Amino acid sequence: MIETKDVYFTYPNGVEALKGVSLLINDGEFVAIMGQNGAGKTTLVKHFNGLLKPTKGEVLVDSINTRETSVAKLARNVGFVFQNPDHQLFCESVEEEIAFGLRNFGFEESLIKKRVDWALNLLDLTKYRQTSPFLLSGGERKRVALASVLAWDPKTVVLDEPTIGQDHRQKEKLRQFIVQLNTQGKTVVVVTHDVEFVAESNPRVVLMSEGKIVADGLAEKILTDEALLTKASIVPPQISQIFLQLSDLGFPANIIDVYQARDVLLKRLEARRK
Amino acid sequence: MSMFSGFQFRKISTPIHNLDPRIKFIFVIVIFAVAIMFNEFLVLVVLFFAHIPIVLVAKVQREWIRSMRGAAFLATIIFVTNLVFSYIYGGYQLAPWILENAIALTLRFVVLVESFSIFFLTTSPDHLGLALEQSHIPYEFCFAFTTAVRFVPVLAEEAQTIMDAQKARGLELEKGNFLKRIRNYIPILIPLIVSAIRRSLELAEAMESKAWGAIKKRTNLYELKVRKGDYILITLTIVMLIIAVYVRLYLSIPSLTSLISH
Repeated sequence: MIETKDVYFTYPNGVEALKGVSLLINDGEFVAIMGQNGAGKTTLVKHFNGLLKPTKGEVLVDSINTRETSVAKLARNVGFVFQNPDHQLFCESVEEEIAFGLRNFGFEESLIKKRVDWALNLLDLTKYRQTSPFLLSGGERKRVALASVLAWDPKTVVLDEPTIGQDHRQKEKLRQFIVQLNTQGKTVVVVTHDVEFVAESNPRVVLMSEGKIVADGLAEKILTDEALLTKASIVPPQISQIFLQLSDLGFPANIIDVYQARDVLLKRLEARRK
Repeated sequence: MSMFSGFQFRKISTPIHNLDPRIKFIFVIVIFAVAIMFNEFLVLVVLFFAHIPIVLVAKVQREWIRSMRGAAFLATIIFVTNLVFSYIYGGYQLAPWILENAIALTLRFVVLVESFSIFFLTTSPDHLGLALEQSHIPYEFCFAFTTAVRFVPVLAEEAQTIMDAQKARGLELEKGNFLKRIRNYIPILIPLIVSAIRRSLELAEAMESKAWGAIKKRTNLYELKVRKGDYILITLTIVMLIIAVYVRLYLSIPSLTSLISH
């Protein structure tokens, strides 16, 4: 459980990135944090593992105040995958890279081997076991970064912009993977700009703008609220745009998913045929 | 990375910012020379405090304090080393002059950092490049220099992100003995170096696609001019240098210890 209580954060250069954020994320939830550039999304999630400490207010992770513990202790339970894998890869092989975190957390060698095998297999990287991470493609490096965090099996996984620079197929695979993680009981927090990505998974959406939370609710509710989205400079998913324009024909306005849309349309067409 | 932020330029207009960078550079070099010429506490303390009015006029107090704080770590090492060695050379006796000497040598380092920091805090990278160009240094070197200066804050920011990413994987920089602590920085240095090399290749491509070096003779939109303030500064600098040389050659400076004991 992660709880932020009226959190304010000001960077050393004077930029106030968070202005009173209160948020409760329960165990097992799937949360997407959205908003324009500079809305404070990344700043907020960096509080979840103690990388940043609030200037005012407090952040509780499993009822422990992040001010009273270390990043290393918090990171054991809150895994954080950074936007750019190049900011963390440094080992000679993918295997070593995945073992790095495990060694830091003091896992035993026999267990490290097991966890590494498991993580390699999980992200389809077994064939790259001995390869240098620097020789892999962008998408593969991203998977290595993800594997290196999932290896220690943190209770919560925070992903910062996981879909950037990935082709459609990789993105879809990643989405299914994230949804799967969540159904297996992990708390998943995703920071993203990608509306289509969010629309297809329908998580809880926390919408941020200028350092504040402006909306919090199910994706189908928030991604179809035009006034709200304009305020946060987000364009609704394409399928919702169509349905929003057709709402005067009696179509529901809260459609964000293509399959759902197809069902609604089919029903209407069949009713007509009769 | 606080030491770097002490060198980060912020664009504002003050009498100090508007000085010709060439003159300012000569001033810094003279401060350097004077600081090296003397190892007496009294002179160095005067040099240290002489910078404060400049800092205030240039309105860079906050950045200046940050760079001083950044220098504190190295300054402590210099202080302790000097203290220990002059203690050993002084025949294992703890005399007040040993302390004074150690403080003076630490101050010398602080003065050097201080004047360099003020120079970079009040000189825009563009002006610096212009100054080099107008000193007839080949443009390739000027460009390399200004690029290096410009990328310091970018690299500092990147180093911070990398540190965060590795901390999030359980890396504890402060853990372990001295050697272990140095080794702790490998996971930060490797991504930083790799990305710097990658960035430089990208920069080279971007420059070539903008036809860098296509025309041999370059013209500039702005040109540096030596103004009244610059003449005042250069006069002050020369006077300071002459006085310093004179004092060094013909006068002896009392140490604080001897002043107190009289």
